Amino acid sequence: MRLDWEIAKRGWRRYAAYPWATVAGVFTNTVFGFIQAYILLAVYRHRTDVGGYDASDTLTYVWLAQALIMTVYIFGWNELALRIRDGSIATDLARPLDPQRYWLAYDLGRAPYHFIFRGVLPFAVGALVFHLHYPSPQNAAAFVVSVALAVVVSLGYRFLYNSAAFWMVDIRGVMIVALTLSIFLSGMALPLAFFPGWLRDVAHVLPFAAVMQTPIDVWLGKHHGGALAGTLALQLVWALVFLGLGRLALRAGSRKLVIQGG
Amino acid sequence: MVEPVLVWRRLVGAQIRSQYQYRLSFALDLVGNFLISFIDFLAVLVIFHNVHRLGVWTVHEVAFLYAMSSISFALTDLLIGHFDQFPQKLRDGNFDILLVRPRGTLFQVIASDFQMRRLGKAIQGAIILVFALETVHVAWDPGRVAMLVVMVPSAIVIFSSVWVVGGCLAFWTTDGGEFTNAFTYGGNFLAQYPVDIFSSWLRRFLCYLVPLAFVCYFPALYILDKPDPLGLPRLLQFTSPLVAAAGAVVAGATWRFAVRHYRSAGG
Repeated sequence: MRLDWEIAKRGWRRYAAYPWATVAGVFTNTVFGFIQAYILLAVYRHRTDVGGYDASDTLTYVWLAQALIMTVYIFGWNELALRIRDGSIATDLARPLDPQRYWLAYDLGRAPYHFIFRGVLPFAVGALVFHLHYPSPQNAAAFVVSVALAVVVSLGYRFLYNSAAFWMVDIRGVMIVALTLSIFLSGMALPLAFFPGWLRDVAHVLPFAAVMQTPIDVWLGKHHGGALAGTLALQLVWALVFLGLGRLALRAGSRKLVIQGG
Repeated sequence: MVEPVLVWRRLVGAQIRSQYQYRLSFALDLVGNFLISFIDFLAVLVIFHNVHRLGVWTVHEVAFLYAMSSISFALTDLLIGHFDQFPQKLRDGNFDILLVRPRGTLFQVIASDFQMRRLGKAIQGAIILVFALETVHVAWDPGRVAMLVVMVPSAIVIFSSVWVVGGCLAFWTTDGGEFTNAFTYGGNFLAQYPVDIFSSWLRRFLCYLVPLAFVCYFPALYILDKPDPLGLPRLLQFTSPLVAAAGAVVAGATWRFAVRHYRSAGG
């Protein structure tokens, strides 16, 4: 546990080391937030409700999504794949801590940094300009839990597609397919509420929604009581499924791993 | 004027040949780029699943804007997309090498990387353009055909100018490269939609000061023969090439100013 804590601190510090990158990122997320907010507002000129979302719900969604992009790291990650390709994974496997646990601890240190420094400011700018919805204290607490689970689901998923590198030299193809699925079906590109009914139902049962749509719905208070507990439990299930699959991939991969030279 | 083009062709030709050596990887990349760029268009379709018109624009008209912006942006990305990695050269001091070579620094940065796989995005845009032109009503005449042909190069020059000016920021903030993304990737995102749906302050900033409205919106009003919902002078619909030329001049001047302020990191 103490080791995990130390690794998590490294995860935080690595991103805290580049303050200008953080400022630039906040600016970019804010600009994208405005563009998307006005596009979706144009939809509400013709109607007052889209899939159970009123205009304020949608605006809140847009700004929360921009705030969470970095926290849940949806735009791809290939550090594990690079370590497999260049053979550094051999060193990782020799350590008394397995790589999956290492990256999970590291990511749980990184995520709070991005949540605070990349998330709060864009959302605050959006809140100054638009009328947004705010959660009740219970929903706010559930939101934090849900975001934490979303980070674990995301890391589990990223670890899984990265481990494709055990079997192929270049995983760019795998990665881009993995990203396409997660960006569109998580609700990152658009709230799932805008999707046609059948596609929305499909997207809600797939694991990708647990990364973006679920935490935001929790903030918006779309789930109550038992349903809320059920939603969080489903996120937990997806987290465990991805971590389990990643573990299997790691075991199978390290059995066939050949390190060239050294 | 001819000589830099010949040098550029040789440099880029060598890179294309080397990328073509890894055929499976190259094909997967091309398909992947093609796939991921469809997300944005799926978003357009999903939006129009909920409304018949966005402001005064139909799905076919927005598809036209989307396709023209995507094609132009993809080709810009193909030509100078690696500008995103340019701050790395400043950080590790490798920019020094460019300064001692007998060619312009901007030229060297532009010719330093050329990723054919980015063509996948342009192909996606071209497919949507075919769909849009099939369904949208245009009274084609020589003027409109000419406008369609001029639109893409003008848009490429506008996007490139934005990219270069944004890249210059790296000379002062070495790890602030993401600022530029707001105007390049964000610019493409914005130009895919009709600019009249944005609020006036955002338009002033991102459509006229950063001249993204000249990428698609103004020329498209002319081609589609639509009355401008913003009621701006009709003359603006013909000025994209001029705006592009002005943008290139500003970008060149900004680059020269930034290079003069370059301080080597050693290395």
